[in-house]
Amino acid sequence: MGSFITADTLALELSGYAGAEYRYFQHDSVISSVGQHHPSLILAPELYEEWDGGKQSLLFSPFLRLDREDAERTHADIRELQWLLVQDDWELRVGIGKVFWGVAESQHLVDVINQTDLVENSDTEDKIGQPMINLSVFQDWGTIDLFVMPYFRERTFAGKNGRLQAPLVVDTDAAKYESGAGRHHIDLALRWSQSIGNWDIGLSHFYGTNREPQLLLNATATALTPFYETMHQTGLDAQYTADSWLWKLETIRRETHSDTFIALTGGVEYTLYGVFETDLDVGLITEYLFDDRDDTQQTAFEDDVLMGARLTWNDAQSSELLVGLIQDLSNEDSAWNIEASRRIGDRWKVSLEGRFFSIHDDKSVLYPVRRDNYFQLELSRYF
Amino acid sequence: MYNKMRHYLLLLMLVVSPWVFAETPEEKGRAIALETDNRDKGWQDSFAEMKMVLRNRHGEESVRLIRVTNLEMDGDGDKGLTVFDSPRDIKGTAFLSYSHSLVPDEQWIYLPALKRVKRISSSNKSGPFMGSEFAYEDISSFEIPKYSYLYLHDEMLDGNDCYVLELRPQYKHSGYTKSHVWADKAEYRIQKVDYYDRKNSLLKIQRYLDYQLYLEKYWRAHTVTMDNQQNGKSTTLYWQNFQFRTGLTADDFKKNDLKRQR
Repeated sequence: MGSFITADTLALELSGYAGAEYRYFQHDSVISSVGQHHPSLILAPELYEEWDGGKQSLLFSPFLRLDREDAERTHADIRELQWLLVQDDWELRVGIGKVFWGVAESQHLVDVINQTDLVENSDTEDKIGQPMINLSVFQDWGTIDLFVMPYFRERTFAGKNGRLQAPLVVDTDAAKYESGAGRHHIDLALRWSQSIGNWDIGLSHFYGTNREPQLLLNATATALTPFYETMHQTGLDAQYTADSWLWKLETIRRETHSDTFIALTGGVEYTLYGVFETDLDVGLITEYLFDDRDDTQQTAFEDDVLMGARLTWNDAQSSELLVGLIQDLSNEDSAWNIEASRRIGDRWKVSLEGRFFSIHDDKSVLYPVRRDNYFQLELSRYF
Repeated sequence: MYNKMRHYLLLLMLVVSPWVFAETPEEKGRAIALETDNRDKGWQDSFAEMKMVLRNRHGEESVRLIRVTNLEMDGDGDKGLTVFDSPRDIKGTAFLSYSHSLVPDEQWIYLPALKRVKRISSSNKSGPFMGSEFAYEDISSFEIPKYSYLYLHDEMLDGNDCYVLELRPQYKHSGYTKSHVWADKAEYRIQKVDYYDRKNSLLKIQRYLDYQLYLEKYWRAHTVTMDNQQNGKSTTLYWQNFQFRTGLTADDFKKNDLKRQR
């Protein structure tokens, strides 16, 4: 790295946060006598350095969680360790990176570059750093992103003393792959994206290891083994922005050896600004979730609807509240989600999260977490 | 004879009228606004750092550090890129806007924790910017077609001889019925703005202070205050490190650029 850098332009920058989290589960676990109190600590620093007049930079963001109960949730990761080269009409990123694709709120179908860090949060929004070479080319007709990913990262799962488990403990050390190359399969992805007037559109194709494993019963029927197939996935995401309305659509077609299916999320977000002559904004969100597969397979969202509200107080503390209900339209199952946060002073932030499951269908993939309702309080210090 | 007299009088009126009959208050107001706008043309692109200090009724302060880059667009609203450095929990959050006169602006926000670029609605004109007393419409780029204009009178303000204009927003979703604007006659710099809410009561008073001249043509206020007359809160913007004509182009104001803002 030294050869790129001229000493007089060094500008090392440290930021990030450290946090303490406490999760309280309302009920005993269905599987074992796992406890209800789950405290943990988080450290997520970020080091950044740029040179060459800002045309080159290096970003390093490690992540560490220490969980008192769950040895699997106690984990470390390199979220990002990436060199970036910026040119007039192209950019190159080499290293470990994080990428987001999509527009929807309820689930992120097209977003397939990074593996989900499922032990972090069951909402699948936490991601594991992905080793990649990413070339972005900017043209008048849109942006082309090319990804070459030489190494696969496995999904994390709760351990035997953790909550929000699969029906049995997932033995991540025994993961199997369809490809003979295993986790060294070279995954490829291509994406075109463009803003045209009120439209923001992305079209992508991914070929490589499916980030979602099948969970297979092991030989002794004591644990589940993740099995990662190779897949082709084509995805489309589009948003139409008109006045206070955001119209959103994400759809994918995924082809693996065992299955080919289509899934879709579509909906609308409408925001009422400054309600009741206050500074409060109320965003109303509704999305429909469709999946060719049914509840007994990999998805819980085969025919579901999300109804939610996002409240933004626009105060000095950036107070926010998000409440959502996902209701299965083909049975009685539903799940509530609450997220709230508020800054305290300039460097502290307090966040509250709650997830409440009402799952009666014993064939649903969510059935194992039916007793895992929880509240979570987190206090973070930013530096 | 009488007819002939009248004929001459009419002729005289036609020739002299532009001088005899002063322009209407609407015309005069618009002419002053045009001159204000014209004098601020040609800066091409600009960069500046802003410290925003929010004060509540009890005098408690909270601070935001923001970097603002703008690109002047000919015949359209400016493009702007705003990056937050503080508070630290929103560090790296970036906001891109293509402003337009009467059609809605285009706006995107980048959320660094999720690496997510979101297209957002630009209907939120009257809402507070970052919890401050500045509404989004107060900080968006000034474009002539956004308002109707009325010249009210001349007035001395802190030793500056000023024109006082009344502006009425012509765009949708404004939080104001009108604003009164003081612009000094010497340099056409905005000195003060009174904002009137939807019920036509005085809501906020904005002052522009510490003007400095750049490139021998462009005046920039280095302190801008906004005092809310109804809730007792105030916000002060302290600007520094202004740079102009740094060579930025429209390519530096693309959605993709949001992801690598630091």
